[in-house]
Amino acid sequence: MSVYTEMFLTFAKIGSFTIGGGYAMIQMMEKEVVDKKQWLTREEFMDTLVVAQSTPGLFAIDMASHIGWKLKGVKGGIVGALATAVPSIIAILLIAIFFQTFKDNVYVEKIFMGIRPCVVALILTPCISMARKAKLNKKNWWLPVATALLIACVGISPIFCILAGGIGGYLYGKFVHK
Amino acid sequence: MIFLQLFLVFSKIGIFNFGGGYAMLTLIQDEVVNKHHWMTVNEFTDIVAISQSTPGPIGINCATYTGYTAVIHAGYPTWLAVLGAILASISVIWLPFILMVSISKFLLKHSKSTAVNDIFSTLRPVIVGLLAAAAIMLMSKENFGDPSESPFVFTVSIIIFLLTFIGTRLYKISPIAIILLCGLAGLLIY
Repeated sequence: MSVYTEMFLTFAKIGSFTIGGGYAMIQMMEKEVVDKKQWLTREEFMDTLVVAQSTPGLFAIDMASHIGWKLKGVKGGIVGALATAVPSIIAILLIAIFFQTFKDNVYVEKIFMGIRPCVVALILTPCISMARKAKLNKKNWWLPVATALLIACVGISPIFCILAGGIGGYLYGKFVHK
Repeated sequence: MIFLQLFLVFSKIGIFNFGGGYAMLTLIQDEVVNKHHWMTVNEFTDIVAISQSTPGPIGINCATYTGYTAVIHAGYPTWLAVLGAILASISVIWLPFILMVSISKFLLKHSKSTAVNDIFSTLRPVIVGLLAAAAIMLMSKENFGDPSESPFVFTVSIIIFLLTFIGTRLYKISPIAIILLCGLAGLLIY
């Protein structure tokens, strides 16, 4: 089996068996890539985490493409990224085509009327765990509050908030908080 | 042209996506529901629910589904919608990939640098706000029912919302189990 096929199968497996998003994938990725396949040492894997965390993009895809890239260059990176995404794309497409025919069904609508408020609560959960990781304190608590209000109530673009947050932090560190 | 728009919008979402799939929801909602009106708030919420209960990164799930729905709504046949879905998913990935390949050596060398730390010290709290905004924008009449027109639906929705919050925070019930339970509740109550 060529190393590309092996990489594709490994990342496709990781992509197919983790429900609930990027962070759930890290553990499985570590087990496959470090322990089983021994493609990376644990330290290199940690480096991958750092890169994925500080570059934009989806966490799991960033990780997979970085690992693939480390092993086999740009081609390896593309294989890693695609392999992680392909199972999702196929599964969602099947559901989308299926759902399109049933979405106006009375019972389906009832089911989703129950699910919608639940989804809103589920989005708040990562918000809270992220707040812990962001080390909110007396000095910076207003940042998330202002961001949420600007986006949800004033209609400011989230992209503008991200840019302002990054540039603001850089300038503040450089000129004020030396 | 819907395909060019999908490519541009999702490339933009990909490159500005810091903070994972949930932060990406805010970007998708802003572009796809508020600006381009490719789908309603209800449809978007349903897509989030489906993305959470299917394997794979939630951001990819959401991009695939959104691409599909946007093309269908523009009046094109299914096979073009499938292409739209694939296009949206690839668009999210490609720019971060190029960036990662070009700067990852530099990043590893400077990951402890003060500039990178300064940037993330404010960017992280901003992303918390981004996630909160996603939740606030979804707390709408469409998703919870109108309190004056349908007080029953509204009350049930609030109860489901609170129970989900308590269930996942305190009792660590998995999101997929909660979604199934709430769907069952909806079927039985309404």
